[in-house]
Amino acid sequence: MKGKSVLNAGKVKKPPGEIWDLKLYVANRTLKSVAAFTNLTRICHEHPEHKYHISVIDIEKSPQLAKRNDIVAIPTLVKTFPLPMRRVVGDLSNTGRVLAGLALHPMIKTDIRVT
Amino acid sequence: MAQAEKRPRSFGPHLEKALTGINGLDEVTFGGLPKGRPTLVCGAAGCGKTLFAMEFLVRGATQFNEPGVFMSFEETADELTKNVSSLGFDLNHLVASKLLLIDHVRVERSEIEETGEYDLDGLFIRLEHAINSIGAKRVVLDTVESLFAGLPNPMILRAELRRLFRWLKDKGMTAIITGEKGDNTLTRHGLEEYVSDCVIFLDHRVTDQLSTRRLRIVKYRGSTHGTNEYPFLIEEKGISVLPITSIGLNHPVTTQRISTGIPRLDTMLGGKGYFRGSSILLSGTAGTGKTSVAASFIDAACRRKERCIFFAFEESSAQIIRNMRSVGVDLEPWVTKGLLRFHAERPSVYGLETHLLTMHKALNEFKPAVVVVDPITNLISAGNPIDVKSMLTRLIDFLKMNQITTMFTTLTSAGGPLEQSEVGISSLADVWLFLRDIEIGGERNRGMYILKSRGMAHSNQIREFVLTDKGIDLLDVYVGPSGVLTGSARLAQEAQEKGTELAQQQEIELKKRNLDSKRKALEAQMAALHAELEAGSAEMKRISEQEKERQKRGFEDRKAIALIRKADHESKRGGPK
Repeated sequence: MKGKSVLNAGKVKKPPGEIWDLKLYVANRTLKSVAAFTNLTRICHEHPEHKYHISVIDIEKSPQLAKRNDIVAIPTLVKTFPLPMRRVVGDLSNTGRVLAGLALHPMIKTDIRVT
Repeated sequence: MAQAEKRPRSFGPHLEKALTGINGLDEVTFGGLPKGRPTLVCGAAGCGKTLFAMEFLVRGATQFNEPGVFMSFEETADELTKNVSSLGFDLNHLVASKLLLIDHVRVERSEIEETGEYDLDGLFIRLEHAINSIGAKRVVLDTVESLFAGLPNPMILRAELRRLFRWLKDKGMTAIITGEKGDNTLTRHGLEEYVSDCVIFLDHRVTDQLSTRRLRIVKYRGSTHGTNEYPFLIEEKGISVLPITSIGLNHPVTTQRISTGIPRLDTMLGGKGYFRGSSILLSGTAGTGKTSVAASFIDAACRRKERCIFFAFEESSAQIIRNMRSVGVDLEPWVTKGLLRFHAERPSVYGLETHLLTMHKALNEFKPAVVVVDPITNLISAGNPIDVKSMLTRLIDFLKMNQITTMFTTLTSAGGPLEQSEVGISSLADVWLFLRDIEIGGERNRGMYILKSRGMAHSNQIREFVLTDKGIDLLDVYVGPSGVLTGSARLAQEAQEKGTELAQQQEIELKKRNLDSKRKALEAQMAALHAELEAGSAEMKRISEQEKERQKRGFEDRKAIALIRKADHESKRGGPK
């Protein structure tokens, strides 16, 4: 699960050109980390109006990144672009709060188009 | 003896302790904080928690070669560095030499959205990374409770903190966790439930406009510890905790005696002066020469090349030097030689504890053999009598432990009960000298006597205490039916006695002459009688010889007659007798 994966969710639907930069900090392959990653990809797929660049960072392997980016809770999702920077902690199971936290679109239009 | 001491230890592994290096704390805790365990340091805002924790790390790094990690949840590394640089801690240097690592953990509630289960592995990993990168032995988490403000789920946090403290213990880190004081609890979020090996409570109180910081060890599992509240001070070299009283009365003692600086007073004290390391209380009314006695004592000590500190709470050092010159004691050379140090301070500049601490500090720095505190009564303006007494008890304890001979002067108010030291410390003094005014015949003179002097024979006499330009002199006073005579009355008495003596001598001379002539007359008489006696005995001798002659002749006559009568037997009977 280490490494970077670019998800072009939404099948190129005249994107606004912005690629969201999401960094998911995890520690090892714990249940919570795996859950967070699956939840994140799911949410991204559900919101194809943006492009996402998701990096998964295992701080166990690079602890200095945890210090540099002020990571305390695991898992933490950081949206570094577009600004403002936002943080979401937890396994991202509460979709509504993830959307609010990332300032994605409000969750009024509950998605029907499931991947 | 050695075996007896070891026996209790054999019951199990002894609790290991890590010296903190913080002034005085190691004495109060009997050896430091529990090694390899977390300690909770809590207190209200501004009580010095962060500083305490930081000093723990700095001392560990510089004195015990134990690198430390400071995990700050409130201040950034920059702020911390600036804050403690005033205490002479150069954090940048320590960080550069890998003895210290500061990690600032910023948790901003407004930026965080909680979306499900999480843990604090991030914190663990950062801490572990920090510990491993410098080989840390000490850890500080300052103030970990801020996490409660930053992260919304207290349930998770509690579980995680419990895990964190456990983890620190497993790693063998001697840790300090700071916590803000709660309303009725030691910490706002009940951290004391998790960190239960050692809890230290810091307090900052203001009484009568004087602030005192105090430290108390609430608990210390597996170890005895001082249970009192110990005042502490944040000063230019860090925190100083001072034990209020030493744990037991076990001062080292010596039989070495040191001169008082006044030869006659030495004589009064068994001819040798004070015991080294004793405490001398010098009380007297105003203007009786207390400072002069103290200055003579210091002068004598400096002559012996001993170091002295003069704590003056009344006069400036320059004033004392000038005034003492007038009684023939020049202290200035000793100051320039570095043997004597003055600490002149107004008693009201700060609280008693601070006074005590500055005194402790001066004593520890200068390591004197003799200390004078002049006068201790002025300290009352810096606290109430009970506090003053407890402070002095502590000071005397400290001085005695260090074999420092101390002289305290106290001012007794005229008209009050004289034999009462104002702050009731006379029981702490080994020697109590009393200076008093003697008011007779329209003049005031000074008298001195020894109220007590433990462990030595001492004079019970009142001496007249005279300040001359060559120093202090003690003279005998005249005790007569009209009381004690001093000053000019004494001189008059002396003259009078001289006169009387002269008259007496003349009288004796006269008597002698009379007796002499009488004796001569008697001797003449005796010679006449003797001659008479001799004449008498010569006469006696002559008479008895005549008698013998007569008897002899009588016998021969009878013999001749008997011969003629032919009376045989009669001749036999009439033999010469």
